Amino acid sequence: MTDLQSLDLRRRSASEDTPPSIRHQPEVAKLIDVSRCIGCKACQSACMEWNDLRPEMEEFVGAYENPHDLNPAAWTIMRFTEWEDEAGNLEWLIRKDGCMHCSDPGCLKACPSPGAIVQYANGIVDFISENCIGCGYCVKGCPFNIPRISQADHKAYKCTLCSDRVAVGQEPACAKACPTGAILFGAKEDMTAWASERIDDLRERGFDKAGLYDPPEVGGTHVMYVLHHADRPSLYAGLPDKPRISPFVQIWKSAMKPIALAGLAFTAMAGFVHWVVAGPNEVQPEDEAKAQDILKHKDRT
Amino acid sequence: MTNTWQDIKNANVVLVMGGNAAEAHPCGFKWVIEAKIHNKAKLVVVDPRFTRTASVADYYAPIRPGTDIAFLSGVMRYLLEKDAVHHDYVRNYTNASLIVKGGFGFQDGLFSGWNDGKHDYDRASWDYELDEDGHAKSDPTFQHPRCVLNLLKQHVSRYTPDVVTRICGTPKDKFLKVCELIASTAAPDKALTSLFALGWTQHTVGSQNIRSMAMVQLLLGNIGVAGGGMNALRGHSNIQGLTDVGLLSNLMPGYLAMPKDAEPTFADYMKTRQFKALRPDQVSYWKNYRKFFVSLQKSVYGASATADNDWAYDWLPKLDVPIYDVLRAFEAMNSGKMTGYICQGFNPLQSFPNKAKIRSALGKLKWLAVMDPLETETANFWQNHGDKNPSDPSKIDTEVFMLPTTCFAEEDGSLTNSARWVQWHWKAADAPYEARSDIEIMSGLFRRMQAMYRQHGGAFPDPILNLNWSYLNNDSPTPEELAKEINGRALADVKDASGATVLRKGQLLDGFAQLRDDGTTTSGCWIYSGVWTEHGNIMGRRDATDPREQGLAQNWAFAWPANRRILYNRASADLEGKPFNPNKPLISWNGSKWEGIDVPDFVPTTSPSAGVGPFIMQAEGLARLFARDQMREGPFPEHYEPMESPFPNFLHPKVATNPVARVFDSDRAQFGTADKFPYVGTTYRLTEHFHYWTKHARINAILQPEEFVEVGEVLAREKGIGQGDWVRVSSNRGAVVCKAYVTKRLKPMDVDGKPCHVIGLPIHWGFTGAARKGFGANTLTPFVGDANSETPEFKAFLVNIEKAAGPVA
Amino acid sequence: MELNRRSFIRMSGAALAASSIGALGFGASGEALAASVRPFKLTRTAETRNTCTYCSVACGILIYTLGDRAKNAKPSVVHIEGDPDHPVNRGTLCPKGAALLDVVHAPTRVKYPMHRAPGSNEFKRVSWDFALDRLATLMKQDRDANFVTRNAAGTTVNRWTTTGMLAASASSNETAFLTWKIVRSFGMVVFDNQARV
Repeated sequence: MTDLQSLDLRRRSASEDTPPSIRHQPEVAKLIDVSRCIGCKACQSACMEWNDLRPEMEEFVGAYENPHDLNPAAWTIMRFTEWEDEAGNLEWLIRKDGCMHCSDPGCLKACPSPGAIVQYANGIVDFISENCIGCGYCVKGCPFNIPRISQADHKAYKCTLCSDRVAVGQEPACAKACPTGAILFGAKEDMTAWASERIDDLRERGFDKAGLYDPPEVGGTHVMYVLHHADRPSLYAGLPDKPRISPFVQIWKSAMKPIALAGLAFTAMAGFVHWVVAGPNEVQPEDEAKAQDILKHKDRT
Repeated sequence: MTNTWQDIKNANVVLVMGGNAAEAHPCGFKWVIEAKIHNKAKLVVVDPRFTRTASVADYYAPIRPGTDIAFLSGVMRYLLEKDAVHHDYVRNYTNASLIVKGGFGFQDGLFSGWNDGKHDYDRASWDYELDEDGHAKSDPTFQHPRCVLNLLKQHVSRYTPDVVTRICGTPKDKFLKVCELIASTAAPDKALTSLFALGWTQHTVGSQNIRSMAMVQLLLGNIGVAGGGMNALRGHSNIQGLTDVGLLSNLMPGYLAMPKDAEPTFADYMKTRQFKALRPDQVSYWKNYRKFFVSLQKSVYGASATADNDWAYDWLPKLDVPIYDVLRAFEAMNSGKMTGYICQGFNPLQSFPNKAKIRSALGKLKWLAVMDPLETETANFWQNHGDKNPSDPSKIDTEVFMLPTTCFAEEDGSLTNSARWVQWHWKAADAPYEARSDIEIMSGLFRRMQAMYRQHGGAFPDPILNLNWSYLNNDSPTPEELAKEINGRALADVKDASGATVLRKGQLLDGFAQLRDDGTTTSGCWIYSGVWTEHGNIMGRRDATDPREQGLAQNWAFAWPANRRILYNRASADLEGKPFNPNKPLISWNGSKWEGIDVPDFVPTTSPSAGVGPFIMQAEGLARLFARDQMREGPFPEHYEPMESPFPNFLHPKVATNPVARVFDSDRAQFGTADKFPYVGTTYRLTEHFHYWTKHARINAILQPEEFVEVGEVLAREKGIGQGDWVRVSSNRGAVVCKAYVTKRLKPMDVDGKPCHVIGLPIHWGFTGAARKGFGANTLTPFVGDANSETPEFKAFLVNIEKAAGPVA
Repeated sequence: MELNRRSFIRMSGAALAASSIGALGFGASGEALAASVRPFKLTRTAETRNTCTYCSVACGILIYTLGDRAKNAKPSVVHIEGDPDHPVNRGTLCPKGAALLDVVHAPTRVKYPMHRAPGSNEFKRVSWDFALDRLATLMKQDRDANFVTRNAAGTTVNRWTTTGMLAASASSNETAFLTWKIVRSFGMVVFDNQARV
C-alpha cells in the first residue's frame, strides 16, 4: 500500500486543511522530573553530539548556564536557579529548557510558510528547514521562547525531539543519556501515569505542591515536567505559569494570514491552492516554482 | 567499594559526605535516585558546599572543610549514647570486646608512644593484650575498662554536639538531625551506604576520615550487607586496576608489599608476613602470602625464579623509605636528585600541589618523557604562557619527548571499576596517525634496554636479561597474552589434597585457590586469578541477569576476588547463618554449606558454629574499631586541623595539626597564615569536566568554557565582588586571576562565634586544549600529604580573595 | 547550496529507503512530508562495545564507526552512546561520556613522536626509532651511573632512584602489568600512579 502524504501528519503550517490523519499512533512524550535532575548537562552534551551541533564556546558570566541561552546550535540548556523559601531553606532548582512540543503549537500557528512547521501524529513538532523562510514568526508565536533564527542560514531551529531517532524506535538522545532518569521517554499516557507516582512520592517527602506541568493552555505538551513547586512554575527560571499563545498569533490566524500570504508570493498561494485541491503527491511545476521562489526569498532575508 | 554501584539502591539511608557523587559520578548516582524512588531511601549530604548532590538531597548539612573526624566522632558518640548500635554485629564481628594493652593511652592530642625527636610514634602499645597462646584476650561482657568498646566510648566522649558545632560550624540542630537519620539504620534489617571520594582522602587526615566512617558503619552493622558498605567512588577509569596491579612504589600486584632494606633475605621478608591467627580457629587468609609471592615471581621471571635463588628475591629493588610517592618524587626532583621521569597518561603539572614547585622540578630534569593521547601541560611545561605558566624556555635544559598513545577507542583490554569489576573492552578504530599503544611503547623501550645490556653489559643486568618475555610478537605483546599471564597457569600438574589432578600442566588457573608456593604455578596478580580461564575471557562476559534484581549481576564480567560482588558478605548473616535482612539476603547457611546470590566471602563449608570470624583477611577474623598499629596517627581517629587553618584546635591547641603528616622542610616555609590568607580554599571537579582531559573535548569546553571560583554572597558583598567580576585568589604559593561566581550555595559557617568563609576552586583549566586558558587551582594548593597515603591536602587550605582588574596576561 | 525542492525530495527519499525509517510515528509517509526527518545516521555503521575512559563507574559504551569493517573502509569513530545492556549505566552517560567523540577527535591529540631539545622553544617531529633509541640510551646512562647495588650497611638493595615513572589512570590492566614488570626489572622505585588526585 502506498502511503498518502498526510496520514502521519496532524498539522502543517500555513495549510488551511488539517490533514486527514486517519492513522492512530501513540502520542509520545518526554517527562522531565525536575526533582531527580542533578543539572549535569548530559542532555546538552548528548544533544550536541547526536545532532552534530557545536555552538560557539562562550565565556563564563557568573552562572552555570553554558551556553547562556538557547541558540540555533544549542537546542536545550539547563537553567539553574538558587531559590530560598520563606524559611530561608535553599533549593537549587534546575530545569532543562527546550521545545515543549505543544499539542497546540503557537509556532506552527504563527508560521506563514507552508510546511515549514509540522506536527506529526505522535505529537512531535518539527521544523522543516527546507520550507523555512526565516521570518521569525515562530519565535513570536512560541509561548516558551524556544525557536532561534540562525544568522548563518536564516532558518529557525529548535529541538526535534530527535525525530530521526524516534522514527526508528529509539528514545531521544537526551533521554537516553540522562544519568539519573530525570528525562524519561515513552507514550504520553505512560509518562502521565508515572508522573503521578512521582508526585505522590514528592508529597510524602514534604513537597505538598508537587505536580505535573502539562499546561492545558497549549492543549498539553509532549515535554512535561514534574515540579516540586507546581503551584509556582515561574520559580524554575521563568517557566510560564500560564503559557499563552500571543494574541498576535490569533490575529494572524484570523485576519492577517491570508493577506500576508498573498503578499508573500502569489505563486506560493497558487501552490497552496493546488495542494488543497489536488494534493502534492506529485511534484508539479507550480510546486517547483513555489519552492524556488521561497528559496530566493530566503536568500534575501 | 565494598558493594556494587547498583547495590546502592538497597540502602535505606545514603550518606554522601567526603564526595560529590552526583557531579563526579553521575551514572553511578542513578542508583541513589533509585534507592529514593524504589526503597524510600533518604539522601543525606554533608558538605561545605551546597552541591548538585545536595540539590536532590532530603537533608543537607554544611561542614567546615577538614573537620569530618570531629563530626563523625560526634556521630559515634551519639550512637553509643543512644544505644543505636547493632549489638550482635558489634559483639561478634568487630574487635569491640578485645582487650588493649595497658600501655595504650591518649592525652592532649597524642597517643602513647610519641617520640618528639623522631616526630613519630612507637606503636608497640597500640595492640591487644595476648594470652599464653598468642591470642588476643577478650571480654564479651564489655566490663573490662580496656576493652576496645570502652576505650572507644572514652575517646569519643569529648565530641559532644556542642563541641562538634564549635569545630565544624554545623548548626547543632542539623548535626543532630543527621545523627538521627544515620542512627535509623542500626536496625538489623536497615542499611546505610557511605559514598565518598576525594573529599575525604585529600586531607592530611584523609585515611582517618575514612576510618571514622568505617567505624560508624561497624557500630551500625552496615558492612557486608546489601545496601551498606564503605563505597569509595574512585576517580579514574582504571585507578582501581592500577592499584590492584601494584603500580605504586611500595606495592607489588595483589597488594603484596615491596621488600624493604630491613628485609635483606626472602626469609626476613616472609617473617613479618606469617599472619598468625590472633584468635583460635581463624582463617587469616594472608597466611597464603607465600603462594601469591612465588607465583608472581614465576610469572615475572619464569624459569629464572627458582627455590635456589629464593624466587629471584634479590632482583626486586628494596625500599629505603616507606614510600616513593609523587610528593617525594617531586621533592627529590626539585632538589636536583633525579635525572629522568616518565609520565604515562598523567599530567602532574596541573594535578599536583604547588604548581610553581612542580614546574621548577620538571626544569631540573635531564629528560622527561610524556606518553599521552593529548598534548598535556606537563609535556609543554617549558613553554611561556605568561602568568598562567611563566617560563623562559632558553633556560630550561630538560630534553622532552612527547609520545602519542592510543586512547580507549583504539585498544583492547580490561579496566577495573570502583566496584572491582574487571571489564574487557574492544578496539573500535585504528590508532590515529603514528600513535602507538602503551604496550608497544613500553615494550619498545624495554627491548632496546635489554639489547643494550645484553650487548654492552652495565649495572646489574640480571633482572633485565632474565625477565620472562615470550610473546607471539615480542615487540608488541597482545592484551590477551598479558591477561592470561595475569590470570596465571599451571607449570606442572596441580593436585589437590586428595591427590587428584585439578589442573594439567599448561592450563590456565580457575582461581587463586589453585596457587602453589613450590613454583608450579604462575599468576601475575593473584586477586585477578579467574579473569581468563580455560573457559575463556571471563572479563568479557555479558550476562546481565540479576536475581531478585538485587544489583549483583554476578555473571557480568568478573569481580575480584573470586567473582565476589559484596565484600565481607558473611557479615550479612547472624551467628547461626541467617540473614540479618531477610528481604535482601546475600548468603545463608543451609545446614551443610553457605549459599546465596553472591560468592561467599568465607570458606563455603565452614559451619557458623565453628567460631570463625567473617573478616577472613584479618588475623583476628574481626573488623577493627581499634586499628592496632595499622595507622600512623593512632588506633582511633582524632580531630586535627588542616595544615593551614584559620582556627586553632579547640581540643588540644598544642597539637593542632596531624603530628605525622607528610611535610618536607622546604615546604614548611610556604605555608600561609590566616592573617594574610583568612579564607578556606577547597578544590573540586565540576560535573561537566574530567580533570584536565575534557577541556580538550569541544563539547565539554562549550559546557564550562572558563576558569572561575565560587564565592558566597556574604563574602562577596564584604569584598565588593559582583556576579561575574574578575577576582584574584591567592595563597602563599601563588595566585589565580579568574571570574567569580557569587552564590547562595556557600554560606559562612559559624565556628566558635566567628565566620568561616569557603572559596570554591574548580580545578579544570590549563593552557592546552579547547577551553579558555586558565591557571589551574593547584597554583594555590599546599605541598603536604596525608600521613598514611601521602595524598595532598587539596580540600582545605588558606587563601585570600580580592576584586581584580581583569586578566593580566 | 544549490538545492531545489525536487532534488531535496529525491535525496531524502533515498535516505529514507536506506535508513528504514518507519518504526514509530512516521510510517513510510508521503515523500514530500517524510522529507522532514533527518536520516538515522547509524544504520549501517559498525558497533563496538567499550568502556568509558573517564571515571570509575566504568559505563558501558557503544562506539559507532564509519564503514562496515570491509577491508577498503577505514573505520573512523562517528558516534558514541551508552550501552543499554550494561548493568550499571543501562545506556545512560554523563556530560563527559556523552561527548567522548570530541576527545577521540580532539585537535590537540598528539599525532607523531615529538622531541624538544634542551633550551629549545619548540617540539620537532621525530621518528619512533629516534625517540625510543634516544630514551633508552638516556635511561641506561642514568641507570648505569646511579644504580645502587648495596646500601651503606652492605645489604643488597638493587634499586634505581634517579629515574621515576608515573603510571596512567586510564590504561588497561594488561598495560599496567607489563609496565610493572618492566619498571621493576629496571629496579625502579620512584614509581606511582594517579590514585590520589
